[in-house]
Amino acid sequence: MTDSMAADQGVQASSKAGPALADERAEQSSAGAVLTSPRLPLLLAQYAVFPVALIAGWQACAQIGLVRRSVLPAPTDVALVWFDLITGATDAAARYSGTWLDHAAASIWRVFAGFGWGVALGIFAGLLIGLSRIMERVLDPTIQVLRNIPVTAWVPLSLVFFGIGNAPAVFLIGLGAFFPAAVNTTHGVRQINVTLTKAARMMGADERELLFRVILPGALPSVMTGVRLSMGIAWVLVVVAEILAVRSGLGYLLNDAYLFYRNDVVIAAMLSIGILGFISDRIVVLVRDYLLEWNRLETFSGQN
Amino acid sequence: MARISLSHLGKTFASRHGNVTALADINLEIADQEFITIVGASGCGKSTLLNLLAGFDTPTSGQLTVDGAPVNGPGPDRGVVFQQTALFPWLSVEENIAFGLKLRANRRKGSSEKIVERLLARTGLAAFRSRRPAELSGGMRQRAAIASVLAINPSTLLMDEPFGALDALTRSIMQDFLLEVWEEERKTVLLVTHDIDVAIYLADRTVVMTAHPGRVREIIAVHLPRPRRYEMRSEERFIALRDHVTGIVREEAIKGAIEIAA
Ligand SMILES: Nc1ncnc2c1ncn2[C@@H]1O[C@H](COP(=O)(O)OP(=O)(O)OP(=O)(O)O)[C@@H](O)[C@H]1O
Ligand SMILES: [Mg+2]
Repeated sequence: MTDSMAADQGVQASSKAGPALADERAEQSSAGAVLTSPRLPLLLAQYAVFPVALIAGWQACAQIGLVRRSVLPAPTDVALVWFDLITGATDAAARYSGTWLDHAAASIWRVFAGFGWGVALGIFAGLLIGLSRIMERVLDPTIQVLRNIPVTAWVPLSLVFFGIGNAPAVFLIGLGAFFPAAVNTTHGVRQINVTLTKAARMMGADERELLFRVILPGALPSVMTGVRLSMGIAWVLVVVAEILAVRSGLGYLLNDAYLFYRNDVVIAAMLSIGILGFISDRIVVLVRDYLLEWNRLETFSGQN
Repeated sequence: MARISLSHLGKTFASRHGNVTALADINLEIADQEFITIVGASGCGKSTLLNLLAGFDTPTSGQLTVDGAPVNGPGPDRGVVFQQTALFPWLSVEENIAFGLKLRANRRKGSSEKIVERLLARTGLAAFRSRRPAELSGGMRQRAAIASVLAINPSTLLMDEPFGALDALTRSIMQDFLLEVWEEERKTVLLVTHDIDVAIYLADRTVVMTAHPGRVREIIAVHLPRPRRYEMRSEERFIALRDHVTGIVREEAIKGAIEIAA
């Protein structure tokens, strides 16, 4: 949402700005950025300072025995267990040794399967509602009501329906991914500058050309914001689903380790989920930036 | 033979505060390749009139025909240059100019590359062909927008304050640019402006409108030689025309002010 609202304002601001201003902006964003951006070591330091401090603080807490090691294992303990989880080399993770890849693959598969159908259907529904007032009246109230039911509230019903296994997990994840995609797509379609659709129709665009050449590209910034939110929700829900509905995946690993008092494994699983979620988000952002290269020029991109 | 004919044309908007008659009993015949400018107080219905001609809106009374046929929606025979430049931010200058030519409706209009090349050269944007609209100055953007409309070769150009957002110098350069283009490929032009000087400088005929409801108050034929040159603006004939039009517009504005006060 915020992305597309910023895009909105950017368009207005740039169309108001005089010629001199526009030139200045263009220069700043090309040559200026290279000259004023910090050099590599400084850049790396900026990225590293916070996580390093956090881990150091955590290690210190564990070391001085502020909390019992079995309750809050030190980062070093977690690292060792994590290594064994992945490689199965040291047996530090005992019964979980070497299981990481299978669990991670199961989670990743569920996330992308659920995300795939949820986002595809969400974009489709969002387009229908955005394009047609009739479809808005038909679909939107239902979607808005369902959207307000937390996806976790669907767990019992989906278990009854699908039984234990992949099906309820993929269903829940897709359901969660559906709403942000749908709502943001609708918003994206509705905020397209009417002058652009008028211009296209004036030049002779038919309905199909209007959709593919104006509406879809125009709505894309907002659609991608929705897709990004959907990806985030998918990772939340995969854990919920794997705790409650399936016997594999990082969520299952996390919950099972909790039952066996293996907090080091729990934390390794948590961090695995965080990192995989982060990588998924980066992939979405990369795709977005590739598709929306033009949009960077229209919007505020932060200061150095 | 009139290309565009408006007879007893009226437009009433239904709104929450009752009906607003934006246009009433507009009669106007526009010849092929004629350059018409429209001036009038703010809110007198100039944009409404252009919207009707463009086909974005439908009249509530009277007749409106272009080439003998009633207007039925927008179409590539009537190119519109909007006040808010209509360029697709995700397309380069070149792609924006080619936009209309890529549509099925305009496939037969010849080689898109050739037309785009010519317009890029014509508008002085060849060096900026792969830039995005956000990377252009205001004047360049408006030139690109005009080029994208000229690309589909409309026989009529409808322009609503096309240079309103530009500074005075750029604006006067853009006017000369527009005149040059028009001298080259004569089109029927309707151009709305606030600026009386501009209205006279460009026009074959200037239409002065009155407000509430919008009517044609007077149509002034501008018998200045073509091609127009900037210096003509200080000639006596020009000044006399300008004073005449200014007189009418002022009179109408004062009437309007009294109406509002009453
Ligand atoms: N969609 C609409 N609904 C209701 N009233 C409208 C609508 N569009 C225009 N009007 C009214 O019609 C009248 C004419 O509006 P129009 O935009 O044509 O004026 P204009 O001559 O272009 O003014 P300006 O020079 O300020 O652009 C105004 O009184 C306006 O309030
Ligand atoms: Mg107007």
